[in-house]
Amino acid sequence: MQTFIDFISFKDPNVFYVVIGMICINSSSALIGSFAYLRKRSLIGDAVAHSLLPGICLGFIMAGEKNMIYLFFGAFFTGWLSTYLVDYIVNKSKIKQDAAIGIVLSSFFALGIVLLTFIQNGGYSDQGGLNHFLFGQAAAINKDELILFAVILAVIVGSIILFYRSFIIVSFNSDYAKSIGLPVRSIEFLMTSLTVLAIAAGIQALGVVLMSALIVTPAAAARFWSHKLKRMLFIAVVFSVFSGLLGAYISYANSNTPTGPWVVMILSIITLISFVGSTKRGILARYLKARKNKSKILLENILKAIYHYHERQNLENDLNLVLASAEILKVRRFDTTELQKGLNQLIRRGFIGRENNNYFLTEEGMTESKRIVRLHRLWEQYLLKRTSMDIFHVHSGAEAIEHILSPEIEKELEKELGIVGIPKEDF
Amino acid sequence: MSDFWIILTASIVAINAGLLGCFLLLRKMAMVGDAISHAVLPGIVVAYYFSGDKTSGLLLLGATLTGVLAAFLIDFLSRKAKIQGDASIGITYTLLFAVGMIMISSWMQGNVDIDMECVLYGDIATIHMDKIIVDDNLYLGPRAFYVEIIAFAIIGLSLFFGFKGFKLLAFNIDYARSLGINTGKWHYALMTLVSLTTVVAFEVVGAVLVVGFLIIPPATAQLVSTKLREMLLFTCLFGISAVISGYYLAVWLNVSITGSMVMVSGIIFFAVLIFQRIRNSSKQKIEFTEELTQYDQANK
Repeated sequence: MQTFIDFISFKDPNVFYVVIGMICINSSSALIGSFAYLRKRSLIGDAVAHSLLPGICLGFIMAGEKNMIYLFFGAFFTGWLSTYLVDYIVNKSKIKQDAAIGIVLSSFFALGIVLLTFIQNGGYSDQGGLNHFLFGQAAAINKDELILFAVILAVIVGSIILFYRSFIIVSFNSDYAKSIGLPVRSIEFLMTSLTVLAIAAGIQALGVVLMSALIVTPAAAARFWSHKLKRMLFIAVVFSVFSGLLGAYISYANSNTPTGPWVVMILSIITLISFVGSTKRGILARYLKARKNKSKILLENILKAIYHYHERQNLENDLNLVLASAEILKVRRFDTTELQKGLNQLIRRGFIGRENNNYFLTEEGMTESKRIVRLHRLWEQYLLKRTSMDIFHVHSGAEAIEHILSPEIEKELEKELGIVGIPKEDF
Repeated sequence: MSDFWIILTASIVAINAGLLGCFLLLRKMAMVGDAISHAVLPGIVVAYYFSGDKTSGLLLLGATLTGVLAAFLIDFLSRKAKIQGDASIGITYTLLFAVGMIMISSWMQGNVDIDMECVLYGDIATIHMDKIIVDDNLYLGPRAFYVEIIAFAIIGLSLFFGFKGFKLLAFNIDYARSLGINTGKWHYALMTLVSLTTVVAFEVVGAVLVVGFLIIPPATAQLVSTKLREMLLFTCLFGISAVISGYYLAVWLNVSITGSMVMVSGIIFFAVLIFQRIRNSSKQKIEFTEELTQYDQANK
């Protein structure tokens, strides 16, 4: 508890840097990552992150010390080069994008390792901090870097606000963007540069191996919660900053553990929760919806079958027979336990009444069964008259759509076809 | 003597990884290989924690299973959770790698055998310290070499007997399905082999750099070959030449051996790519001038 109070009260001035740093880094990468996700280029971030290592080492060798400006520009250069090379390989050879990413990523990373060991064995003084770039150490963030991170965040937020429209169009449909005369290449250039900037800012805290998580995961998690881009960006930032701060705290509380893994761990847990529990696209919501649909279809099919049974006896105007479940099965094949379940549910909803194990339609049941049969046949007529389908194929289409036709469409169909009541023809 | 063993062991790593890499590449699953190689880390740490021995069978089994778990998780995220394929790879491997790193930093504090550096680039320079000696004096080579040889035997036999299946899976998975082949079984067989390769290579080249062996030589081979057998052969050649030249470069510059091998591998790839581009464009030029002269002659 004491460490927690120490943490939130910034007792250690370093904690303040870390907190502000994490907010800047995670917001930048979450924003940029959302666009990368929409462009289906999430793994480019992986290539860029690994490719920053040789740049950092080159910057170090050129400056002869840990000069932040040199390191940053070295990183920016190789990071940029890596995305260029990935595109070059994909465009100029038969190698596919994922393999190209793998090639660039591992070659650059290997180069980075070679340079790193070269520096370590080369008798440079002051090279101790370079290792932090491999696995990330948020505690090493200092005041100068903080200013740099804040500037990067400002640049990214500024560009997104200025070029919001263009970014959206290029992300969703770059062909369309070209056709309306947008400078697609320049916009892509800008987006790539911003991606490299965001990743370059983040490796100090996350390390080269895990940095791509900050690009990919918040966007993927946020996607579960919203269909609107603005909201998605906001949610991604919230998730990312939250995990960044919690990760920094855990790393602070257990000194010596790197920050990156904890941040990634918390982000992944958030994604997992989103994917199970999201009200729109979550696996639980989808499952419940599918179950509800399935039961709706079953109930409507049972009502339809009862109508058909009456129709066979030419009693479709009365619909007043009392029948056993076996007789329903003669008209349409149901799984018997399913049928029993469906009948019980229909009774509970007041569509069907029971009389010593035999069933009959109530008033509501009659109207409901007529409604469904009517929808089915209206649709069949529509397909027959307005499309080129023949009588052998209209049934299956109607069988699927009858459960989702709304009253408005029903009226439209009526007007279109000029049919009143239930058509007699059944296909 | 240790030069010889290092080069030999690394060559077998390159062959093992390269052969499987070809099939991954053809299936457009190169990054899944990348993900598996990162994801075996927690498995290796757990197995090591319980057995205390880097080369025990338990370790191999546990770590291999983690790799298969990663392949399964990627499949699950992209199919059930409807996350983009790319993103599900990124999420899976960063999560598993993070779990591994947390385990190392909290359990393996101060342990000499398994640390972060080893995760990155392995211990190839010191493999000769763990050697197999028979009768007190007959030196048979480093243990890592024999582990790799066993892995090579497993991979070689599986590819030999399952060649048709893997080939079909690589080139036309829909056709394989229409023949009634259980493609899921073959898919997970391939994933298990990839996982096994990265696990046994962990000690030698580390979890991150093995990707270089897995992807770069097959991609280089793909540039120059049109048949699968040809591609497999070229993969081995490119892999071994990168290992040999990378080793001597590393010794000369006094840098990381594995890093240097993968770097040379990358240099070979780009050299082949650029060479091919130049040759193609000059070939096109010759064809064009030939056409021009033919056209001129016809007009005369």
